[in-house]
Amino acid sequence: MLVVAGIIFLGTLGLLIIGWLRRGTPGLPFFGQSERANVGLVIAFGMAIPATVLIALFIVSDLYVMGQTDAPPADQTELKLTVVGHQWWWEVRYPESGVVSADEIHIPAHTSIDVVARTADVIHSFWVPELNRKIDMIPGQNNRIELYAERPGAYRGQCAEFCGLQHAHMAFQVVAEPKASFERWLESQSRPAAEPTGALAERGMELFDENACAGCHTIAGTPAEGTIGPNLTHLASRGTIAALTVANTPHELGRWVRDPQSIKPGAKMPGLALTDADFHAIVAYLDGLR
Amino acid sequence: MEATAPPASRTRTERLERIWKEPSGVLGWITTTDHKRIGILYFFTAMTFFAAGGIEALLIRTQLIGPNNTVLSPAEFNQLMTMHGATMIFFFVIPLSTGAFGNYLLPLMIGARDMAFPRLNALSYWIFLCSGIFVYVGLLTGNGPSAGWFDYVPLASKTFSPGPGIDFYALGLIFNGISTLAAAINFIVTIFKLRAPGMSINRMPLFCFAFLAVSFALVFALPPLTVALFFLELDRLLGFHFYDIFRGGDTILWQNLFWIFGHPEVYIIILPAFGIATSIIPTFVRRRMVAFPLVALAEILVALIGFGVWAHHMFAIGISTITAIYFAGASLIIVIPSAIQLFAWITTIVTGMPRFKTPLLWIIGFIVLFVMGGLSGVMFAAIPFDQQLTDTYFVVAHFHYVIFGAAVFPLLGGMYYWFPKVTGKMYYERWGQASFWLTFIGMNITFFPMHILGLDGMPRRNYTYSPDLGWTGLNLIETLGSYLLAMGLVVVAVNLIVSIFRGEPAGDDPFGGDTLEWSISSPPPAYNFAVLPTVSSPYANWDEEDRKLDKEKLEQGIEVLDQGHETAASTVVDGEWDEILEMPSSSPWPPLLAIALAGIFAMVLLKLWLAAAFFAVLVGLVLVAWHGGEPQEA
Repeated sequence: MLVVAGIIFLGTLGLLIIGWLRRGTPGLPFFGQSERANVGLVIAFGMAIPATVLIALFIVSDLYVMGQTDAPPADQTELKLTVVGHQWWWEVRYPESGVVSADEIHIPAHTSIDVVARTADVIHSFWVPELNRKIDMIPGQNNRIELYAERPGAYRGQCAEFCGLQHAHMAFQVVAEPKASFERWLESQSRPAAEPTGALAERGMELFDENACAGCHTIAGTPAEGTIGPNLTHLASRGTIAALTVANTPHELGRWVRDPQSIKPGAKMPGLALTDADFHAIVAYLDGLR
Repeated sequence: MEATAPPASRTRTERLERIWKEPSGVLGWITTTDHKRIGILYFFTAMTFFAAGGIEALLIRTQLIGPNNTVLSPAEFNQLMTMHGATMIFFFVIPLSTGAFGNYLLPLMIGARDMAFPRLNALSYWIFLCSGIFVYVGLLTGNGPSAGWFDYVPLASKTFSPGPGIDFYALGLIFNGISTLAAAINFIVTIFKLRAPGMSINRMPLFCFAFLAVSFALVFALPPLTVALFFLELDRLLGFHFYDIFRGGDTILWQNLFWIFGHPEVYIIILPAFGIATSIIPTFVRRRMVAFPLVALAEILVALIGFGVWAHHMFAIGISTITAIYFAGASLIIVIPSAIQLFAWITTIVTGMPRFKTPLLWIIGFIVLFVMGGLSGVMFAAIPFDQQLTDTYFVVAHFHYVIFGAAVFPLLGGMYYWFPKVTGKMYYERWGQASFWLTFIGMNITFFPMHILGLDGMPRRNYTYSPDLGWTGLNLIETLGSYLLAMGLVVVAVNLIVSIFRGEPAGDDPFGGDTLEWSISSPPPAYNFAVLPTVSSPYANWDEEDRKLDKEKLEQGIEVLDQGHETAASTVVDGEWDEILEMPSSSPWPPLLAIALAGIFAMVLLKLWLAAAFFAVLVGLVLVAWHGGEPQEA
């Protein structure tokens, strides 16, 4: 496509240059001042050649490639998962095993995966450029797209439909792993949250459940059952927080919990009025959720 | 010219002068119904919005100059990004091309003395001005719309955009739509009925064909937009559920209605530019257009096929493959009429003897950029390609090549071309050429790298990006390019403004123009033509015999129409003599009606229903007064 476009562009430029070189001479090279030759030229370049190129493009891209790359029927894929877009993060569900995660999609490599793309609020668009095209997430619709990673590795994905204030910070990571390690990951994610170890983390858990945190977040096996924000059951196993906005290190996590609005202005998570010691405890608790 | 005219002619032109004279000073401009003055008002207003949209663009580019930049907050960025798009499309390109160029030139090219409905024409302008101010009150009070110019629901619903920003946008565009629709109808009637007797439809300049096509497209494209916006405001202000999927509405309805308007809109933006190109090229290459009938047909076809391609903006929403394939096919077909025009221009240039003066340079630039934008546009008709690159910077690159390159370049070229006609002064040629090169180079530095960023996965409308994505260098280049581009435009503005005061006198026809506006003085008299011009081809001003005949007719007092405020009407196709029309003269009612209408929209926005009803009554009273003073049928 690029080559054909390049040839057409240079050809047109060439004609204009001929126009400039022959600025003192009326008529065409070879054909002279015949009006019929002029109209013939318009018909050849303006109708015949474009029609040929366009028909070829239509057949190749819209009939052949579309037929080849259509998502396979859902019952022919080996793994199903549901991704729900939220302002401004991604909820990832594995319906067969009940695992719920956020912003990080683990998949087995060399496996055809059926992704159902939905939204909890406005229109988002699910897009992993290196793995497939994009599919919009539209209220009331269950759109489907196939994910297939030929090689294990990390692939960046992001929201491609403008979805409000923090559209720019709505990215995610697809982690394609060999099948065995994917199974191990799935198994570990399906367990309830790790118990807090040490007095500080236990204090953090108490604070988490007493304060607004538990109203929005779920941590499986604890009283925290909110569904507005990401599921934090295995937060510490994820590489980033806030939809790839910052790395998931204790330091960044501390910054985020203290004042999310300074990192991602407009995010739905409020900053809480707690003491430094309390924040410290909450971060210690969250950091233990492997 | 007047001084050397024979005495009989002079008496007649002086008489016309008296009949067509409008009040002087500011009052004259406010109450004017002269299409030329209205065109000039449109011009300055649209250029003011161009400056506003340009400043918004520069702020956006400055925010994106480096990663994690904080020149703008996300809220500010989203408002500016939305307003940039809305301003450039609704308050700059369309008003400038139809309102300013169309208004000023169309009656001159067809040998008429005014538009068919002069007061409606004035009303169009005042509504345009009021609606523009209406929308900008939102931005300037910190309540700018921020859901993008295509304003998708549910993001634009009350739930997700609770502030008044979207209301400013939606009500402002409904308001503005009245103006555009009235202007379109006015153009259609003017082109069909007010051509000088003798100008049958095949003797009409291609510029007028383009405007005819645009006007019809507007008449059919605007209602879906107005309906879409009206539904949105019912949802937002009164709790209706047109777009609420969970209460029986439909989210996708908005996208369908918006793009049924939105894609024809692209051709509405670009067709006037095509018309300008087909005016400038014959003059500067000193030959008639190649394949005139094909080009005229292609202009109409583009507008027509443009209505069958809207869903190619929606390939990623999960529509069925067969629907997508239909719309992809239709989108490919529309390339052909565009290609016909393109190669007609190029062949005309190659076979003529072009003089590469400023106006033609802009047209050459336009051709190059249009080919670029067209080729990248064709790629989006390949569905897999579209689904990969839609909503990335590749699209941003594509439509800026089309809208800025292919629509605005001819408008800038047209400004230079008709500047001597409108002002009677000549611009500075060297500065004109310099402004072209600055803008052309700046434009390519700004927008070409966006193709690469899009292919590299940068989504559009991101207020910032992370330094580890590798997008920093190209973004920096783009921003620097945009400063160069802005400089080019400043040179255009300075050149033209200085030339108004200090330019050399230009004479009536400095370029050897082909159409009728070049047969009269610069600037044209209020009555445009002293006699009904004789027309026997689309290149009327090149028919010297006819122009001699006009002088004789004036001398002998034939077809002068000096018994009142008169112009001639002719039949739709053959342009045969029909009747003499008594035209209305200056009136205070159009601006007053526009202000009263603005009152309704402002009160609806504030949900002050009683006050809105008061303004509605006021609108009724103004209409009564307006029609009370209308000239009666004899």
